[in-house]
Amino acid sequence: MSNKNSIKIDVNELNLWYGEHHALHNITVPLYENKITALIGPSGCGKSTFLRCLNRMNDLISSVKIDGSVVIDKKNIYDKDVDEVSVRKRVGMVFQQPNPFPKSIYDNVSYAPLKHGQVKKGKDCNELVERSLVDAGLWDEVKDKLNEPGTSLSGGQQQRLCIARTIAVKPEIILMDEPTSALDPISTEKIEALMLELKKKYSIITVTHNMQQAARVADYTAFFHLGKLIEYDETEVIFVNPSNKKTEDYITGRFG
Amino acid sequence: MHSFESKNRSTVIKERIIKTLLITASTISILTTFGILFSILFEAIAFFELRSFWYFLTGTTWSPGQVGSQFGAVPIFTGTFMITLIAMAVAVPIGLGSAVYMSEYASHKVRDYLKPILEVLAGIPTVVYGFFAAITVAPLIVKVAAFFGLEATFNSALASGVVMGIMIIPVISSLSDDVIRAVPDSQRKASLGLGMTQGETIKNIVLPSAMPGIISAVLLGFSKAIGETMIVVMAAGLRPNLSFNPLEDMTTVTVRIVDALVGDQAFNSPETLVAFALGLTLFVVTLILNILSLMMIRKFKEKYKVNTL
Amino acid sequence: MIKRNNKSKENNPFYDPTLKSRHRSSKRFKKFTLTSLIFSIAFLVFFLYDIISKGTPAFEQAYVSVPVTYNEKTIKNTRKAIDRKYLRVVSRAWLREIPRQVKEDPSLMGKTVNKWALADDQVDQYLKGHYYKLKRKDRALIDDMKAHGAVELKFNTIFFTNGDSKIPEFAGLNSAIIGSIFTLIITMLFAFPIGVMTAIYLEEFADDNKFTQTIEVNINNLAAIPSILFGLLGLAIFINLFGLPRSSPLVGGLTLALMTLPIIIVSSRAALRAVPDSIRQAGYGLGLTKIEVTRDHVLPLAFPGILTGSIIGLAQAMGETAPLIIIGMIAFIPDAPSTVTQAATVMPAQLFTWAGMPERMYIEKTAAGIMVLLTVLISLNALAIYLRKKFEVKW
Repeated sequence: MSNKNSIKIDVNELNLWYGEHHALHNITVPLYENKITALIGPSGCGKSTFLRCLNRMNDLISSVKIDGSVVIDKKNIYDKDVDEVSVRKRVGMVFQQPNPFPKSIYDNVSYAPLKHGQVKKGKDCNELVERSLVDAGLWDEVKDKLNEPGTSLSGGQQQRLCIARTIAVKPEIILMDEPTSALDPISTEKIEALMLELKKKYSIITVTHNMQQAARVADYTAFFHLGKLIEYDETEVIFVNPSNKKTEDYITGRFG
Repeated sequence: MHSFESKNRSTVIKERIIKTLLITASTISILTTFGILFSILFEAIAFFELRSFWYFLTGTTWSPGQVGSQFGAVPIFTGTFMITLIAMAVAVPIGLGSAVYMSEYASHKVRDYLKPILEVLAGIPTVVYGFFAAITVAPLIVKVAAFFGLEATFNSALASGVVMGIMIIPVISSLSDDVIRAVPDSQRKASLGLGMTQGETIKNIVLPSAMPGIISAVLLGFSKAIGETMIVVMAAGLRPNLSFNPLEDMTTVTVRIVDALVGDQAFNSPETLVAFALGLTLFVVTLILNILSLMMIRKFKEKYKVNTL
Repeated sequence: MIKRNNKSKENNPFYDPTLKSRHRSSKRFKKFTLTSLIFSIAFLVFFLYDIISKGTPAFEQAYVSVPVTYNEKTIKNTRKAIDRKYLRVVSRAWLREIPRQVKEDPSLMGKTVNKWALADDQVDQYLKGHYYKLKRKDRALIDDMKAHGAVELKFNTIFFTNGDSKIPEFAGLNSAIIGSIFTLIITMLFAFPIGVMTAIYLEEFADDNKFTQTIEVNINNLAAIPSILFGLLGLAIFINLFGLPRSSPLVGGLTLALMTLPIIIVSSRAALRAVPDSIRQAGYGLGLTKIEVTRDHVLPLAFPGILTGSIIGLAQAMGETAPLIIIGMIAFIPDAPSTVTQAATVMPAQLFTWAGMPERMYIEKTAAGIMVLLTVLISLNALAIYLRKKFEVKW
C-alpha cells in the first residue's frame, strides 16, 4: 500500500527459531511512526514472539536464533555492532501483568532515567517523574503518595505506573504485550484512552487477543497465524474487507 | 432396609490407642526442647549460686581452678565473636556470589552439576573440617604470616575462622539461591526492558528484592558458626584471650564447654558447672538468631507468596 | 559476544558511549560471582586432594623380616625373642603377640624362624618419607635390610581389624566402626518410629490448633539448636537423671536420635504431602477409617520418600561428634563393645582422638579414617538419591 506515513520500524524477512522449531517465517512489515499498530491472531501464532524481536528481548533466551533485519533509524538492530541495551532505551516495553518494582512510586519512575544519566537527582528528576506520571494519566491519583510502594496501587494503576516508567526513559517506540488483558473493563478503557494520547508522541505496537480493542485503538492491524504474517493493512480494511480468507475466518470468529 | 451399623468397641479402642500413640510421639519434640532448656538452666543456676552472674557476663578475667577462681566470660565471648566474624567474612561474599552466579548467569546444565557439588561441602562432618584446619590450614597460615614478617600461632583464630567459613558457604549459598530464584522473572524483564544491563538488574532489582531472604540466610549462618564445636576444639586455642588480632590464639564458648566437661573435676564444682552457664548463653543467643532468621524468611514469603522455601 | 565496532560510530545510532563503563561494571560483577563459585569448588578439590594424599599411605604399613626365636624364655620375655639390634625397629605390640603365635602354631616351639614382623611406627614413617625419630644407627639398619629385601610395605589390614591403641602402628578403626554401628542402630530405633509417627500425626490427623503449632515451632527450633547442647541434654538427663551408662552407644544413640528427629519428620511430612488427596478420598469412599487409609494406602506410597529422608538423617548422625564427646564417647577404647551399654567410641570421635595424638603416624591414620568415613557418607547419600529417583512417581 502506498501512503505518506514514515516508517519507524522496517522489518524485513525476519525468521526466528526456538532451537529446531521455526517459529517466525519471513516476516516483512513496515511499522509506522506515531501510529498504533495492533498484532492479532490466535494463541501461539507468534505475535508476542515477534513483538519481542523489536527490542531484542528474545536475546535472553539461549536457544533462540534470528535471521533477517529489523531496521530502526536506518540501522538494523541485529547488526553485530549494535548494543542491545541501547536498543531497549529507545524501544520501551509494557508487559501483560503489571510488574512495578517493589520500590516507591517515585523510584519506580526515576530508576531507569537516573541510571541512564538522563537526569540528575533533585529538581530535574522530580520534574521528569511528574511529567511521566501526568502523561500516563496517573499523576492526580498518586501525587500525594509518591513514596508509597508501587505495589500498593490497584491493577489498573500499576499498569499506568509501568507505562509512566517506560516513557520516563523517553523512548521513541513503545511495545505493549496485551497490556489490558489482566485488567478490569474500567482500567482497560483508561489505558486505551491513554494509548490514543500517547501515539501523538510515540509509535506504539501492541499485541492484543481482543479484536474489539484492536478495532478501537489501532490505526494498522497485522494478522498472524502459525508464525506467518497473513495480512497487514489499515485496521478498517482488516476488519471490514479483509483480503485473505484466513483473516476473515479469524475476524468472524470461525477459529481462534 | 439396612440401618447403618455403629462401630464396634474394639475398633474404637484400637483407633484411640493408635491416635494416642501418634500424639505421644509428637510431643517428644516439645519435651526435647524443654529438656534441653531445663537441664541447662538447672545446672546453670547451680553455677550462678556459686559464682556471680553479673561478673560472668561482664568480667574479663577467666582463671579457674584456684581459690578465688573467677569466671569472667567476656574474653570467651570475644573469641567466639572474632572467629565467627572471620567465618562470615569468608562465607557471605563467596556464598552469595556463588548463589548469584548459579541462579542468574549459569546455564541449566552447569547449575545441575554445580549445585550438588556445593551440597557436598555441607555434608562433610565438622570433625573432618577440624582436622583440615589443624593439620593443613593452621601451619599454612603460620608460614604465610612469616612470609609477610608477621607472627601467627598454630592456633590462630584465622585458621579455624577460615575453615568454619568454608563450612558455612553452603548454608548461605543454598538459601540465597532459593530466594533469588523466587524473585519473579517479570521483575527482571521489566528492568532489562528499560535498558538496564544484566548486572545492574541483579544489583538493583533482584538482590534488593531477595534481601529479607538473604538476611535470613546470613543469620542462620551466624547461628551455625557460633554453635560450631569441632573445628574450634581442634584448631582454635584453649586460652581465653581478649584480642582482636586474628593471628593470635583465642578460645570460644563451645571449646570451653567441652574443656569443662572432659576433665577430672567433680561435677558440682564451678569449673564443671560453668559449662552449663556457657551453654545457656549459647542457647539464648542462637535462639534469638534463629527467631530473627525465621521472621525474615516469613517476611520474604509474604512478599512473594512462595511456598517452596 | 557482540564486539563493539568503533568504526561505525558515525552511522550507528545505537552506539552509546555512556554504556561502556556500565557494561564494564556489569562484567566485573559477573566475574566476581564466578570467582566465588570457582573458589568454593577449588577448595573442595584442594581439600580432597589433601586428605587423599595424606591418607592413602596409611593403607600400607611397613613390615620387616627378622629371625624370631621361640622358646620358653622368649615367650615369657618377648623382648628376648629377637636380636637386640632389631628392638627399635620391630613393633612392641607385635612382640606381645608372640605367645599367641606359638599357641596357634605349636610347631614353632624351639625354632628360630624368619617372620614378617610389624615395624615400629617410626620405621614406617621413615620409609614413607615423613617426619621420623629414628637414630642414625637404626636408619642404617633399615636401609641395609631394605637392600636385602627384608623390608616391605604390605596392605594394612590392621587398620580394619584392630581397635584403638596407644601404639600407633597397632591402632585401627575396628572398635570405632562397631561402636558407630551400635550407636546408629539405637539412633534409628528411636528416631525412625517417633519421627514417622510425628509426621503422620501432623500431616494426617492434626487440626490446626495451638498444640499443632507448638509442635511445628519446636521441630523448627530443634533443627537449629547447636549440636553441643544436645550433648549437655544427654549428660544432664540421660546420664545424671536416668543413670544410663556414660560413653555407651545407648546414651549416644538416644542423644543422636533427638538430633535426627527434625530431618526425619520434615522429609516424612513432605513424602506424605506428596501423596495426592485422591488416594485418600478413594479410601474413605470405600468406607475405610482414617487409620486404615493412612496405614494401607498413604504410607506405602510415601514410604520411598520417608526412607530417603531417613537415610540422609542417618548419614548426618554418623558424622556427629560434639554431643558424643560431651557424653563421654572419647575415652580410650581399645576393644569393640559387645552390648549397647558398654563404653564405646564412634568413628568421628576416634578421628578426633587420633588427630590429637603426638605421633606422626596418627595423621595418616586419621586421614585414612576420614576417607573411610566420607566414602560411607557419600555411598549413603548416593543410595538416598538413587532410591528417590527410582521410586519417583509422577502423579
